[in-house]
Amino acid sequence: MASTIAEELAEKQREISVAEFFERNRHILGFDTLSRALVTSVKEAVDNSLDACEEASILPDINIGIDRISKNEYRITAEDNGPGIVKEQIPKVFGQLLYGSRFHTVRQSRGQQGIGISGVVMYSQLTTGRPARILSKIGPDRPAHLYDLIIDTKKNRPEILREEIVSWDKGTGTRLEVVAMGKYVREKRQSVLEYLRSTAMINPHAQIEFREPDGTVITFKRASDRVPQLPIEIKPHPEGCELGTVMKMAKDTESYRLSSFLVGEFSRIGNRTAREICSKALLDEDLRPQDLSRGQAKRLLQAFGGVKIMAPPMDCLSPMGEVLIKRGVKKEIAADMVATSTRPPSVYSGNPFQVEAGVAYGGELPKEQTAKLIRFANRVPLLYQQGDCVITKAVESIDWRRYGLEQRGGEGLPVGPVVFLAHVASTNVPYTSESKEAIADVPEIRNEVELALRECGRRMQAHIKKSERLQKLKEKEEIIRKILPLIAEKTSKVLDKPIPDISPIIAKIMDSVLIDGKSDYADGFYRVKIGVTNYTLHSKTFGLYLRFPSTALIEDASPQLDESKAGLIAWKLRLGPNDSIAISLRMGNLELGDYDMVECYVDKIDPEKVMGAEIWNGEFT
Amino acid sequence: MSNKPVESLEDVARSVYKDLVEAKIPKVNLSTRTKSNIVFDDDSRVWKYGDQLSTRSAKTSDGAYMLLRTIYTIEFIKEMLATNKSSTLREMYYISEGWDFAKFHEQQESDRLVEDLEVITRQLREDFKLRPEENGASIIGNLTVEEEVRRGGKRRINCKDDVGDAGYTIPTNVEKDKLRLVDADGDFIIALETGGMFDRLVENGFDESSRAILVHLKGQPARSTRRMIKRINSELGLPVVVFTDGDPWSFRIYASVAYGAIKTAHISEYLATPDARFLGITPSDIVNYNLPTDKLTDQDVKALNTELTDPRFGNEFWKGEIKLQLELGKKSEQQALAKYGLDYVTETYLPEKLSSLGMGG
Repeated sequence: MASTIAEELAEKQREISVAEFFERNRHILGFDTLSRALVTSVKEAVDNSLDACEEASILPDINIGIDRISKNEYRITAEDNGPGIVKEQIPKVFGQLLYGSRFHTVRQSRGQQGIGISGVVMYSQLTTGRPARILSKIGPDRPAHLYDLIIDTKKNRPEILREEIVSWDKGTGTRLEVVAMGKYVREKRQSVLEYLRSTAMINPHAQIEFREPDGTVITFKRASDRVPQLPIEIKPHPEGCELGTVMKMAKDTESYRLSSFLVGEFSRIGNRTAREICSKALLDEDLRPQDLSRGQAKRLLQAFGGVKIMAPPMDCLSPMGEVLIKRGVKKEIAADMVATSTRPPSVYSGNPFQVEAGVAYGGELPKEQTAKLIRFANRVPLLYQQGDCVITKAVESIDWRRYGLEQRGGEGLPVGPVVFLAHVASTNVPYTSESKEAIADVPEIRNEVELALRECGRRMQAHIKKSERLQKLKEKEEIIRKILPLIAEKTSKVLDKPIPDISPIIAKIMDSVLIDGKSDYADGFYRVKIGVTNYTLHSKTFGLYLRFPSTALIEDASPQLDESKAGLIAWKLRLGPNDSIAISLRMGNLELGDYDMVECYVDKIDPEKVMGAEIWNGEFT
Repeated sequence: MSNKPVESLEDVARSVYKDLVEAKIPKVNLSTRTKSNIVFDDDSRVWKYGDQLSTRSAKTSDGAYMLLRTIYTIEFIKEMLATNKSSTLREMYYISEGWDFAKFHEQQESDRLVEDLEVITRQLREDFKLRPEENGASIIGNLTVEEEVRRGGKRRINCKDDVGDAGYTIPTNVEKDKLRLVDADGDFIIALETGGMFDRLVENGFDESSRAILVHLKGQPARSTRRMIKRINSELGLPVVVFTDGDPWSFRIYASVAYGAIKTAHISEYLATPDARFLGITPSDIVNYNLPTDKLTDQDVKALNTELTDPRFGNEFWKGEIKLQLELGKKSEQQALAKYGLDYVTETYLPEKLSSLGMGG
């Protein structure tokens, strides 16, 4: 007998297995292309390791290896020194999709990204049929547990193929090995290498070692010994809540009264505010939250908007800070100058967020190419969908010509030796889509990104101007030291006449005291050298000042300092015509990136007669 | 041999030396060599440099380098003249390898400096015993010349009977001491941009059927080619027509033959043939003959717009044609005439165009 249409449909409407769900949503899960699949796999593993280490206050040592097994088959190995995972949890963490996700907490975390590490296990299993191998150890005197497992795609449960105790010469840590279909690309904006480089930049406390398929090992060195502060969880702020969320919270709460529910489950609602909200919403303070109807919840939500509620607490955010960003950028980008800026925390729709930005300029960056943009959300690099991201829009809407860069029509990405980076940290980053690769164009966020970038831009502009002045100086020096003497010599030879004295011409071209400072960093010290030459026709007596970071220890100064105060060193100099002096010293207690450019100042001398230093206007106190 | 080239070079060195002794920052002045500084000279009917002067001063690093290289170059030429040697421009470029940090970075720089020296001293580079390595273009037609050959002695050459299909090669030096024009039996010179068209006219026997002297320009013509055309025109009285592709770069080829090139405006009088006429391909031809076309590239459009502000293209004919081409957005090669068959160019196109210029039978 023929079945009814409803029965036929019911036949088809069987439960979708997780495997099917995964297959259908590959693109939003980050496995849509072979090359991206590799990036995503590494990304999930690294994110997990960084989060685990952060929670356990461990300085992360992460090893990533990619081996090519056959044409499109790669073995990905990810190992960390994190706290390890207790035996019972291992199969669930790796073998069950959406297990232990952070859906319920409001806090700045990396783990909002993608589907998690079990997605990687799922992907490798679907593409190569091979199980994942996990090794984890939670203490030096504890055994290491090894698992080979696959995901039972019908039940979304781990299926353990092998389980044993092994010895592992590691204190604590976790190691994951999967074999997956992929494609390894190098030196592209969207590549494993680029992802790791950016990750190292925004996580300077991590040491990451990466072995490429051809055996090349790249080490991203640790530049800070401080584990970032663990972001604090906060309760939802009323301003950002949606109806469904409020209703669910009301259902789940353990409070018996509406007022205590409001005070207990939301941030920034005290007793008085709770009363105010209830009266505005025409609701009884003693109403059982579990009985809240849809209509009542709606009124409650409206009342949230009508009552003055303090902005959410900001201490839940963990920005990197200007110094750390600078260190991170300096170690991964060979630029002349890095300017960074951390904005104060701010709020959009009840969600706290904070923006940090950096601009790297000059050095080995390519001069004729479009500027590079590196985006981060909650310390995770965003590699895809650059065009849709608020950070891109902010960069492109700034007229960078005003800051000394080339930019067609004053909009779009400028051209020049420059890298922009911006980090948006928030308890709830507003991504444009589930793939979480672009941040939505929220006006408050855009504004903050622009402000942060502009501040960096101003410092870059000062740097560019200064380098241009320095460049001119160098040219002049070249003229007087090399070219002019040779012109005099050659001309005399052609005419068979004596070589004329050109020192009056040199004085005419320079007519000033030239100050040229350089610094370089090695073994924990910045070595500073300053050459001072008097190219005028007269003797000059003046004060020379050098600015230094207040934490630096000054050593081996030659000649001896005449004075030294916090952040400033002074010499009294006297130079006859054509005299020069070489000043040198070293600064200890500094990390690479803590000192930018040799900044010299002078006083008691005509500013027109000095090149390479500003006039000191402040008091030397 | 006259000592004038040496004298004139020493004058440059003397002025630099004088600046040095008087504690002035050394400099040299020379005519500005850009299109903003070319003016039409009514007497010679060619475009020459105007009154604008540029100063190369040791105040800037570019100027200082330029001065130093100038002195080096003067020293080099002086030595060469003293020892009766000559060199190619390329050899001079390589000589500068020994000039340490004053060396040229590419040959363009040294070529340009030699031109600067021509402008400053009002001498020709031939006077400095410098010659281009490029061989001149070729001629086929009933023209007889007498050339001074390598080991002394003269050789008489008829450019129709004494040469192969490639024609007579114009030497790099075509001045009177090297080359004498004996006579020509022809009605006009036709200067051709491409080798393909030159060969086509040779194969079709155009030189004999139309009593033409064919000159292959080889793209933008070398100095000696332009000088040769100028000499045949003025000494033997043959009119000149220029036949090129129909694009902005070809118009510049014609301009350098007829009006003088911006780069060598200081010697336009020697090189330019003011009576030379442009035969085609004109943008009007593209329409009238319905020729196969290519789209103008961005660079083409830029070049056309530049020509609209170039005083050499300031007359009605050129303004009209250039604007027409910009409207069309198209260009054609001279060989596009083959659309109508291989004989079309010699049997139809050229006769029509020549008669429209009041020439040919």
